[in-house]
Amino acid sequence: MVIVKAVAVTGGIGVVCGILLAFAAKLFHIDVDQRIIDVRNALPGANCGACGYAGCDAMAAAIAGGNAPVNGCPVANAQAHEKIADIMGTTAVEGEKNVAHVLCQGCDSLATKKHEYHGIKDCKAAAAVQGGNKSCDKGCLGFGNCVEVCDFDAIQIVDGLAVIDKEKCTACGKCIEECPKAVIEFVPYKNNVIVGCNNRDFGKAVKDVCKIGCIACKICEKNCAFDAIHVTNNLAKVDYDKCTHCMVCVEKCPTKAIQGDLTVKKQAM
Amino acid sequence: MELVSLFITSFIVNNIIFMQFLGTCPFLGVSKKIDTAAGMGIAVIFVITLASIITYIVHHAILVPLELEYLQTIVFILIIAALVQFVEMFLKKSAPGLYQALGIFLPLITTNCAVLGVAINNIIYEYSFVKSLVYSVGTSSGFLLAIVLFAGVRDKVDYADLPESLKGSAISLITAGLMSVAFLGFSGLQL
Repeated sequence: MVIVKAVAVTGGIGVVCGILLAFAAKLFHIDVDQRIIDVRNALPGANCGACGYAGCDAMAAAIAGGNAPVNGCPVANAQAHEKIADIMGTTAVEGEKNVAHVLCQGCDSLATKKHEYHGIKDCKAAAAVQGGNKSCDKGCLGFGNCVEVCDFDAIQIVDGLAVIDKEKCTACGKCIEECPKAVIEFVPYKNNVIVGCNNRDFGKAVKDVCKIGCIACKICEKNCAFDAIHVTNNLAKVDYDKCTHCMVCVEKCPTKAIQGDLTVKKQAM
Repeated sequence: MELVSLFITSFIVNNIIFMQFLGTCPFLGVSKKIDTAAGMGIAVIFVITLASIITYIVHHAILVPLELEYLQTIVFILIIAALVQFVEMFLKKSAPGLYQALGIFLPLITTNCAVLGVAINNIIYEYSFVKSLVYSVGTSSGFLLAIVLFAGVRDKVDYADLPESLKGSAISLITAGLMSVAFLGFSGLQL
């Protein structure tokens, strides 16, 4: 008899709770736009926040609500953008794919140090002590804050220098935001010729602190047949729209500050 | 005065985490960042207070008259689980802002033994309705205090140069133990 009572009460409370919940589910039902669910499924689901929204769910709601462009997700590929555009009934306009790039080649063997740093292994902390331990105050400190924030495992520290794998990079921009030295920048994915230096000093001032820095000698500017590289503020900068990958500047640069893959060299016309 | 003393006691002196060791799972799990820790703490206050009201009523209106007090554990679990579900639906409809803020923590709390612990303690200590209300608010605020303090310490520990074998959970458990020892200092407090 006791057991029957116990079962009846527990079961009864369970059933009452169940009925109440079923009733509440009807009463508090919210119509979710089917497009939000579809868009959410088409998004990568990394929740990286590169789009500026809190996560993929928030982004899906923004796209479905017309508050964000269908290709607003910088991580999704062209296929995904097309799928989202399909769901929304518009067409996606594909922009150029960018990747993040570290504008510094001053690894431990090429760049000098101005002091011994024994503090927290953290770029921001190191930068707070006289702007970091590298003699060049614009260079990569190599403690790997960018590695920490990268959700896609695209960054590695090689010989005291952050190196971004452009195949893995999704241009979410988190490393750019994190870097206290602002040495990371977006460059077009298809571009190979990049000035790997961020130092705005001239000549000897650069040479003294780093063997591979841009000394603003303008040899690249003079030799470029396409008007695609210019020295402004003592730093060479490639005009990625005009560059034809002829690699003349890469070959001529006296400090090898310009990065470029010579195997893909094209004949300059 | 009695109520104030009850609040302080449950808030600090008998802190649910450091002195009673209840709810340590979310305490260790959701304390990596201060803002998520605070979110979890606030959600716990919300659910514990509601749960203790409902379980108090169910206990005294159903279980006691039917002489089924020994069923309190299973019945309370049932009620807490249903209550959390209901609160989630209700908030989603009527207070989407609060729902967004509490986010994932609300369903997580269903499995938080602190909620069940407070509901059962209310019965064991034979508190009146008002007292049990004060006790649950005090205890859950204690949870908020503990988890936010702990998240702050973990934030600093992240930057420390630790031996490899202590990294991660190991140092977290040691930290929690030391904080518990620190809270022992309150144990002689008489109000």
